[in-house]
Amino acid sequence: MIWLTWRQFRLQALMVTAAIAVLAVFLAVTGPGVADDYDRYAGDFLKQLSMQRLNGYLYIVGQVLVYAAPPVIGAFWGAPLIARELEAGTHRLVWNQSISRTRWLVAKLAVTGLGAMAVTGLLSLAVTWWADPIDDAIGAGQTSGIFNVSRMLPPVFGARGVVPIGYAAFAFALGVAVGLVARRTVVAIAITLAAVIAVEVLSPMLLRPHLMTPVEATVVVTAENMRGFMLTGPEDDAEVVQIEAKLEGEGFWKISEHTVNSAGVVQTKLPQWLRDCGPPPPNGAVSPGRMSFEVCFQRLADEGYRQQIKYHPANRFWDLQWREAGIFLLLAAGLTGFCFWRIRRDLT
Amino acid sequence: MTTALKAQGLGKKYGRRWALTDCTLDVPAGRVVGLVGPNGAGKSTLLNLAVGMLTPTAGQIEVLGNPAGTSQRTKIGFVAQDTPTYARLSIADHLKLGARLNPRWDDSLAQARIQQLGLDPKQRAGKLSGGQRAQLALTLGVAKRPELLILDEPVAALDPLARREFLQDLMAAVTEQELSVILSSHLVSDVERSCDYLVVLVDSRVQVSGDIDTLLATHYRLVGPRRDEKSMPQNQYVVSASHTDRQSTYLIRTDEPVLDPAWAVSQLTLEDIVLAYMGRSTSAPQNNRPLLEVQR
Amino acid sequence: MIEFHLDGRSGVSPYQQIVQQVKNALRLGVLREGDQLPTVKDVVGQLAINPNTVLKAYRELEHEDLVAARPGRGTFVTRTLTDHSLAAHGPLRTELQRWLTKARKAGLDDDSIEALFQTTFRSAAQKGIA
Repeated sequence: MIWLTWRQFRLQALMVTAAIAVLAVFLAVTGPGVADDYDRYAGDFLKQLSMQRLNGYLYIVGQVLVYAAPPVIGAFWGAPLIARELEAGTHRLVWNQSISRTRWLVAKLAVTGLGAMAVTGLLSLAVTWWADPIDDAIGAGQTSGIFNVSRMLPPVFGARGVVPIGYAAFAFALGVAVGLVARRTVVAIAITLAAVIAVEVLSPMLLRPHLMTPVEATVVVTAENMRGFMLTGPEDDAEVVQIEAKLEGEGFWKISEHTVNSAGVVQTKLPQWLRDCGPPPPNGAVSPGRMSFEVCFQRLADEGYRQQIKYHPANRFWDLQWREAGIFLLLAAGLTGFCFWRIRRDLT
Repeated sequence: MTTALKAQGLGKKYGRRWALTDCTLDVPAGRVVGLVGPNGAGKSTLLNLAVGMLTPTAGQIEVLGNPAGTSQRTKIGFVAQDTPTYARLSIADHLKLGARLNPRWDDSLAQARIQQLGLDPKQRAGKLSGGQRAQLALTLGVAKRPELLILDEPVAALDPLARREFLQDLMAAVTEQELSVILSSHLVSDVERSCDYLVVLVDSRVQVSGDIDTLLATHYRLVGPRRDEKSMPQNQYVVSASHTDRQSTYLIRTDEPVLDPAWAVSQLTLEDIVLAYMGRSTSAPQNNRPLLEVQR
Repeated sequence: MIEFHLDGRSGVSPYQQIVQQVKNALRLGVLREGDQLPTVKDVVGQLAINPNTVLKAYRELEHEDLVAARPGRGTFVTRTLTDHSLAAHGPLRTELQRWLTKARKAGLDDDSIEALFQTTFRSAAQKGIA
């Protein structure tokens, strides 16, 4: 049965593995160089790096590939697994040999599924290892060109560590399940691709923030630490929609920021006079009675307005990684269980 | 094992439609059983139930003495409709599949058959003709060394030559291996040559089942002056009747000889018998008798 | 070794056809004492018929003492049906062919020839001449 699984699977396996292998070779070759540069250039490391075109490409390609692997694996390794048999009718041939459908599925899922996880794991390992000096530098506060996203933040987080393995397992199991229900390979591929990409996009928004209770910090906005100021409406009668403060520290992931009053109630509408804390209107028309910055910020502090910021500090990286990967592995297990249940029922 | 297939009140429902209704069969082993009926009668459903691809909605079905779909897999071979094969796998790959997945696989038999058929083992199954694919599927079924081989309309899509060759090889396998066979078909001529037991399935019900020789010996055509069905003797089961203003033609089944001199009695071919059962009304059987089974 | 063929339309059951063909072969000397009949597998593989049909035919022939089955080796002819009239077959066949030519020239079609032969044959048999 293992022979048969491999024989049916070898083309897709080789294609994906080849693509990953090509990247792996590049990473292996350039990796030590990147690490050397990190040691050599210290504070100027990222500035140096952003002048190296190849390494720039590899950083981006690595990122993309790690995100692309789960949907591709789900769609092209998982979806056809059962769908193709049902579509071609070959299930009537192979399920009437001497092994049970359950044993057949065990072999197929084990070989292909574990292969999926292994391949994605190796890819993630290679990229994480290669990008480690860069992630370190960004975590220490350096920033240059494209190298400005901390590994705690969504675009990078999902392309490091064990989370991709969780995604791959989930994508694979989802593909198999969709294929089993849809019974048509092309339809199953399309649905799986769309679903897995959607999950990769939505997970950092809906799931990851809640994996651990975020840390809460309270910050008073001052002229020095105000980082964001958003107005809306006509220039002479604008409304302040939002203000943001800069939180001390590096590499953390901000989940949310709200302005609260002295009683701790989140303000949905900010006072009009806050306008004066921000830059004057560009047409130079300064309205009479406009406060100076110092007065405005002082009033902000005196009236008890504070920023309530929820975030995950940088040292939670691995905690969040294991939890997210764990949840997707559980989902994968659930989908696999569904497949085993469904395959034992009527299927002509 | 003396029973190949046994069904009791077997029924299968898809949504609102009963594909198979109240089937009771007792098919002995060591026979070549022909399962005939029009398209949509339920033949595939019955065979799929026998191999466990479907589960019954009502009643039971036993194959080789055990409930269908349990660990009988090694003893039962199945050649599905349209003889599916893996288009991208070669013939040799298919044999390897058989060898790896079947403990009783007879590789020398399989290789010999492929050679005899003149097929190139390296040829991909997708490039074979319909007849060659059917022969490959038959090889896989036969080399598994089952006790019972079930075939769902294996020759329906084949040209006459391919069909004849398939049946020749199937019959040769039956001779060599002491195999029981259940074969569904809508070609009565094929059934007449190769089968010795018949099951007629029409509109989800078994119309008649039994030994072909016995069926041929106990069914007659009676032609004579017009006569009402109710006046026919009790020991003559009327399969079909047709009347003109002066004449009646009855197709009957009876264990006793027909002595009434008013009738011109003639024997029937198997095709006549099958057509008569197939042409009957599809409601409950006449005379309130239970489903007909010919005793051996 | 003889070869069987099946006439699907003759109304005669397959096993009877086989019995008939063996007997005819015996009568015409095509099969002689000691000859082997085709194996069941060969017949079945050629005609695509049920092996039980062949077995039934061979058993009936055995019952009539015409053949005997030797386990593991096959079924062999034990007795022929030729009488010493075999020698006369040749000239008789030639005479028959001449008669047929005459009948055709006279305008008889196949059915008429057969009907003529059957009625003459039967009435002669009744009179005890044939």
